Amino acid sequence: MSTETYFLSIGALSAALARGELSSVELVQAVIARTEAVETKVRAFNSYDREDAMAQARASDTRRAAGRALGPLDGIPIGMKDVIAVAGQPLTASSRMLEHFVSPYDATVVKRLRNAGAICWGRLNLDEFAMGSSTENSAFQATANPYALDCVPGGSSGGSAAAVAAGEAIASLGSDTGGSIRQPAAFCNLVGLKPTYGLVSRYGLIAFASSLDQIGPFGRSVDDVAHLLGVIAGHDPLDSTSYQVEIPDYRAEIARRQGPWRLGIPREYFGEGLDPEVAQAVQKAVAFYQSLGCEIKDVSLPHTEYGVGAYYIIATAECSSNLARFDGVRYGHRSKDAKDAVDLYFKSRAEGFGAEVKRRIILGTYVLSSGYYDAYYLRAQKVRTLIRNDFLAAYRDVDAILTPTAPTPAFRRGTKADPLAMYLCDIYTIGVNLAGLPAVSVPCGFSQDGRPIGMQLIGQPYQEAELLSIASAYERAHGWGQRRPVV
Amino acid sequence: MNYEAVIGLEVHVQIKTQSKMFTRVAAGYGHDANTLTDPVILALPGVLPVMNKAAIDAIVKAGLLLGSEIAPVCKWDRKNYFYPDSPKNYQISQYDQPMCRGGSVEIELPGPARNIQGEHKQIPLTRIHLEEDVGKLNHGATDSLIDFNRAGTPLMEIVSEPAMHSAEEAFAFLTSLRMAMVYAGISDCDMEKGQMRCDANISIRPVGQTTLGTKVELKNLNSISFVRDGIAHEIRRQVAVLGSGGTIVQETRDYDGQTGTSQSLRSKEMAHDYRYFPDPDLMPVKVDEAWKQRLRETCPELPFEKQRRFIAHYQIPYTITSVLVPDRGLSDYFEAAVAAAGPGRAQMVGNWIANDLLRELGAAKVALADSRLTPIHVAELVKLIDSGTLLTSAAREVFAEMFATGELPGAIVDRRGLRAETNAGELEQWCRDALAGNPKSVSDFKAGKESALNAFKGPVMKASKGKANPKLVDETLRRLLAAL
Repeated sequence: MSTETYFLSIGALSAALARGELSSVELVQAVIARTEAVETKVRAFNSYDREDAMAQARASDTRRAAGRALGPLDGIPIGMKDVIAVAGQPLTASSRMLEHFVSPYDATVVKRLRNAGAICWGRLNLDEFAMGSSTENSAFQATANPYALDCVPGGSSGGSAAAVAAGEAIASLGSDTGGSIRQPAAFCNLVGLKPTYGLVSRYGLIAFASSLDQIGPFGRSVDDVAHLLGVIAGHDPLDSTSYQVEIPDYRAEIARRQGPWRLGIPREYFGEGLDPEVAQAVQKAVAFYQSLGCEIKDVSLPHTEYGVGAYYIIATAECSSNLARFDGVRYGHRSKDAKDAVDLYFKSRAEGFGAEVKRRIILGTYVLSSGYYDAYYLRAQKVRTLIRNDFLAAYRDVDAILTPTAPTPAFRRGTKADPLAMYLCDIYTIGVNLAGLPAVSVPCGFSQDGRPIGMQLIGQPYQEAELLSIASAYERAHGWGQRRPVV
Repeated sequence: MNYEAVIGLEVHVQIKTQSKMFTRVAAGYGHDANTLTDPVILALPGVLPVMNKAAIDAIVKAGLLLGSEIAPVCKWDRKNYFYPDSPKNYQISQYDQPMCRGGSVEIELPGPARNIQGEHKQIPLTRIHLEEDVGKLNHGATDSLIDFNRAGTPLMEIVSEPAMHSAEEAFAFLTSLRMAMVYAGISDCDMEKGQMRCDANISIRPVGQTTLGTKVELKNLNSISFVRDGIAHEIRRQVAVLGSGGTIVQETRDYDGQTGTSQSLRSKEMAHDYRYFPDPDLMPVKVDEAWKQRLRETCPELPFEKQRRFIAHYQIPYTITSVLVPDRGLSDYFEAAVAAAGPGRAQMVGNWIANDLLRELGAAKVALADSRLTPIHVAELVKLIDSGTLLTSAAREVFAEMFATGELPGAIVDRRGLRAETNAGELEQWCRDALAGNPKSVSDFKAGKESALNAFKGPVMKASKGKANPKLVDETLRRLLAAL
């Protein structure tokens, strides 16, 4: 095998494992060695457990030797954002609050990956409790962008993106509440999918905003993402918001569906604040689809401008309630000098949560307060319905919508101290979460100074197969994902 | 000045389900601390609730039983507040769309005497909603320990209108509600186990005034008699405050049933802002007509309806119905025994059950369901007595024996030779002898002195060694006297 085993695709690795040219132990050793070589620069992991990964790899090789391999993911190390519960492993949410917490149970996605033979690898850094767009809000460390080490990898799933981009994992899982998979995927030259709300179980995902959160895959290609999605998607009796829907063979569907498609270009997503290099890259992608015979249509999503406002009301309201359980009583950080129960709450939470988490809890508590509920929360929910209706109206004429993923390529660490400036990183991604739609970020070029640029394809509910087919058609003709990082 | 009290109750009733409301772990009472828990109950990071359908069944059934309007969907809200017994620091509850609205609870007030039926009233309900129970704090000298076994148990909150005016009405409300819930199998309503808990909102106003006075919420009324005592105490307290020129402060008070006193817990200004909002983890569940119909078919007859039917249909006295009806098992037993005993014997059956059966069960400390005595036993016994085969005086012994052994009464009577004498020829001879031996009483009877008949019965019974059937003796004597 090549010395860069850790950069191979799932398809190539799976074939090599099947042919016996590679063992899972060798693959995991290569990934561990690569991690140890670059991790001081990338800092993607909050922790990783070599022995546990090697034990999983040996078990995979034993299965395979006995003719009981579990499928294409068997023996392949998949990184886990540190908000997804893995039994026996730390679950920190990159917060002091859970610094020493070890999960006693597996998330449903983890169970499904294990059942497919995948190796759960590492605990990947994020903005504390998934609140942020740069992974700088981690209580432990700032992760670097493997393509531009002084830049952020995006967020909140910055560790999940950086690890895959740097070859420290073959693929990974992140979570996306307002763009937390798509924006880091764009910043790190990866394919990142936010599935339709309800397609993937949230059981075992530390909740930030329950009505917006979805777990999704990062990969270096559409095919890698399709591999993971096929395993993690599907109804889960432990999640009432997971949907009863038939899961297709995504890879077969991608091979079958050749277009042409009708693509919508929403004018509201190409306005002020969009970096010219990003705009140019996306326009080139539009031209490419046109050359494929796709119909390109100008569409309007008129309520886009209210998205950020509605999002920060709904997301903070839900988070203020979801994070109430972190109180120092049963687990997690417990203040050492509390005088009584109320003092224990105040001190444990004051010491355990970082500034951005506190800001959002306070905001969310406020918007739900008696007398303010109608003006904020209820109105935001109405805006949410309008935004969803905008998308559904557009889908009467188009199969998918094409936009930039983020207004700019990755920015330098420490340059967005103003929370509002940071919130605007998500203007193209949050509408998708509010509307519950699937969307994928696909590499579509680089800035002159070598920072990756991503475009976003937004699909119709539960039409991930169509969405990935459209992405794949572009990817086959371009291959931006082949470019390796500087690290 | 004369005051009228206005009382509304908020009653929490635990629903008897196998598992908890939002996870599969078992619900139960009396287990070792924190053994009925799982990641969901402990609110570990990442867990999600999944609804227990049996809890919706129970509340819909309760609503149908009490005549409430059933909401078309079951919608969930979060009630946010911090307290160590609440693992998520929010409670999943129902805020603006309770599962049931309206309905009423029929109550019976004490009658003028024990054997006279009291006045009946309908107490209207505001709403019934579903929520999850919290854990339990056990306070030590220097620390407090939490037991989460109770946390997540399904709970109904039944809210009455402020429509009661005395502690007795509140007492009757709770008694009737408990009876209905136990009848329907919704809850065991054991207040000692916390399966039924009650808070009361109490205000007073001058008689004739229509607006409500300032209300005080009384908490921790944890037995039915504490509810009565606590409310009576609070009414007296408010009357005393107003009587001495004071004003009632809107507040929550804690009633201590042991000492019969109450103290303020918090004032209105300290009231929580619960920041209710729809729970995004739970989808609203549609409760359609077919679902309701299925539950309607499982609704039992309510106790007071049954009482009215027993009185009208079986023509048994109120006193017996008030023993039989509160216990669904006992009233079913009664109906089975009446059916087996045949028409016209309901009162005898009722008397044997209400008196002898309950006495034997109490003495032996045996539950009806565990008793060897079936309704057939009681029916057979009553038939033997009614046909004159078994004398009432001997029947008590037979009852005790069949209660102890489970043997049928006919077999006991035969084995012990208790069958009453029914040889007509022999009986007639004894009667002739008695008449012949007492000519004075014969002429007295002929002259219209009815009681003279009794003078012949003693000698007949003596001649039969007590085995003669008194009914037959009576008939035979009258027949012979008429022919003289």
